[in-house]
Amino acid sequence: MNMLTDAAVETALEGAPESKAAKMRGEKVNVFYGGKQALFDVSLDVGENQVTALIGPSGCGKSTFLRCLNRMNDTIDIARVTGKITLDDEDIYNPRIDVVELRARVGMVFQKPNPFPKSIYENVAYGPRIHGLASAKGDLDGIVETSLQKAGLFNEVKDRLHEPGTGLSGGQQQRLCIARAIAVSPEVILMDEPCSALDPIATARVEELIDELRENYTIVIVTHSMQQAARVSQRTAMFHLGNLVEEGPTDKMFTNPEDKRTQDYITGRFG
Amino acid sequence: MTGYLFLAILVLSLIAFYTGRRTASQFVAAHRNDVHSRPIYHGAFAAVWVGLPALVLVLLWLLFQGSIIDRLLLASLPASLTEGASASRLSLYLSEIKNVASGRIFSEPSPEVSAAAERYQRWQMIAQWAMVVVALAVAALALYITRARMTARFRARQGFERTLDIVMILSAVAAVLVTIGIIISLTYEAIQFFRLVPPHEFFFGLNWEPQIAIREDQVAGTGAFGAVPVFTGTLLIATIALLVAVPIGLFSAIYLVEFANDRFRGIVKPILEILAGVPTVVYGFFAVLTVAPAIRQAGGLLGISISPNSALAAGGVMGIMIIPFISSLSDDALRAVPQSMRDGSFAMGATRAETITRVLLPAALPGIVGGILLAASRAIGETMIVVMAAGLTATLTANPLEGVTTVTVQIVTLLIGDTAFDNPKTLSAFALGLVLFVVTLCLNVLALRIVRRYREKYE
Ligand SMILES: Nc1ncnc2c1ncn2[C@@H]1O[C@H](COP(=O)(O)OP(=O)(O)O)[C@@H](O)[C@H]1O
Ligand SMILES: [Mg+2]
Repeated sequence: MNMLTDAAVETALEGAPESKAAKMRGEKVNVFYGGKQALFDVSLDVGENQVTALIGPSGCGKSTFLRCLNRMNDTIDIARVTGKITLDDEDIYNPRIDVVELRARVGMVFQKPNPFPKSIYENVAYGPRIHGLASAKGDLDGIVETSLQKAGLFNEVKDRLHEPGTGLSGGQQQRLCIARAIAVSPEVILMDEPCSALDPIATARVEELIDELRENYTIVIVTHSMQQAARVSQRTAMFHLGNLVEEGPTDKMFTNPEDKRTQDYITGRFG
Repeated sequence: MTGYLFLAILVLSLIAFYTGRRTASQFVAAHRNDVHSRPIYHGAFAAVWVGLPALVLVLLWLLFQGSIIDRLLLASLPASLTEGASASRLSLYLSEIKNVASGRIFSEPSPEVSAAAERYQRWQMIAQWAMVVVALAVAALALYITRARMTARFRARQGFERTLDIVMILSAVAAVLVTIGIIISLTYEAIQFFRLVPPHEFFFGLNWEPQIAIREDQVAGTGAFGAVPVFTGTLLIATIALLVAVPIGLFSAIYLVEFANDRFRGIVKPILEILAGVPTVVYGFFAVLTVAPAIRQAGGLLGISISPNSALAAGGVMGIMIIPFISSLSDDALRAVPQSMRDGSFAMGATRAETITRVLLPAALPGIVGGILLAASRAIGETMIVVMAAGLTATLTANPLEGVTTVTVQIVTLLIGDTAFDNPKTLSAFALGLVLFVVTLCLNVLALRIVRRYREKYE
């Protein structure tokens, strides 16, 4: 354990992302929707405190893989997952694991901002309340404020915390959803195309935020935009037809990909 | 006679359709691309214009013929009979004349009446034949005009569609007019009532004994028209009904939307909805023959005496009847909450129960409240179950084990048997009816507004 941490510190100093300690690790993950297989033997590590981007054409299984990491596939009746996925070397599909606890540690932000039809305050307080994180009312206020601050939203909404979250702009709603995810102090945050419903300015703000969050959280982001992957991620994984094609440091993936399919996808020949 | 006339108009209009279509087909053959509307529209246009005006004319004729002949009859009576006679006297003459005309003779009619009866018969005959002739003439004229107007460039499609628009508008207006008519007649009789009994006595009085004598020889109460016990009785029964229906309806909706698999839902949902289709008189039997005795027996075991027509039995059975309203509207409301809300909540680590109580129910609340209000309005207006299972005496009580009466029960009993429209007993039924109408209307409008507003939110 010590050795791992030391190694992480060293590589952080050198700025070589590939040898970061793996926070989550997928081994030979297969996913079936009914009789249809959506992922084939995907093995992928997610490094601690860095941003891993999942790219690839539509329907290649990026979201499916992402949803395996917090067991959101459990909510789909026909979905079946085989293989092994670990969080801090613990198998998250082990029956002893409580999904409630797992999802508190692995948070998620969706493609379309989905704030609850409640006040801004209540949206952020939702997680802390159900997990009993705040014993006193003051604690909850504190959690809500710091979460909104970390999500870069506090200054914009501090005067209207008790107005509905659904009244915010799309970009603000998405940052509210990020604040909501942060509020339970997760270790990993999964983001499924978090900017695809946002305009360019809101997108830039969210990207900035992702870069800041990397310091404290491990982030996995699905994105459709090559530029976004290049801007925010340290490592990139390329999916195609349910297979992991190639995975490596983002710089290398974009300048010197090994696989022909990655090359074609990045240069826009398909997708 | 009238039946044949309708048939004749129908036949004419069919003829118009077929000939119109055939003529138009000939245009198509002759001009090819220069024909504006397809032949079927030419046919439809002709049929509508041949049929509709004649039909409307006949209906109006039938509506007014009776009263016009009555007027003429009265005018033709010798002045010695009608001079200074009251309206009811005159209407007695009229019915006597009509009775004689149709051969129902109770006593030897006076010569004036016999003569009038003869006139009546003659005029009836003339009016009827005039109607037939005029209607057929109108139809024939319309047939001629539409045929004359028919050319290749004639815009039959627009004409036909505009006519259809008008027909639809008229149907909508008719529904509204009927509603307005109901309100007016209710209000009129209610005002008559409030002339006899002051409104404050009706709305705030605590004593309800409306069964007063209508004829001199009847034995009856002295009359008291304080409707408060009737209102509270209605409220008590409706409250019991909602206490039964809201939890059952809501929980079944939650189960069906959030837990049940498709197969189970496919079986159970239609069964639940059948409950709404059971005739209320059957619920009435159920309340009287099964539920009320069971409650009484249970009370007997516990040493409590329970009235045979307790509010509990009537309200409980009414609750079963309104379950489908609540469950199906709650079902819609829950289903309308987007999946992304559930995903968002599950992804935060919420359990199913937390997701339902903290996200889904609050989000669906307006729809659920709308459903409850609609159900409440049904419960307040429901008649058959309470007529069979609730009491007749108006008791001011909140005890569900006692018998209470409701607004609808009172309306029914007040209008059964002797009625006279200058008597507060009969008229009070209309005052009660007006209150019932206003309350349920307000509940319905409110409920529909809430439901509609909420629908817009996620679209
Ligand atoms: N809920 C589901 N039920 C059935 N098939 C699904 C479901 N979700 C995804 N799939 C299928 O799995 C494949 C991968 O989908 P997804 O992971 O959403 O792709 P991506 O996010 O890369 O566009 C697709 O072929 C899709 O049709
Ligand atoms: Mg996707």
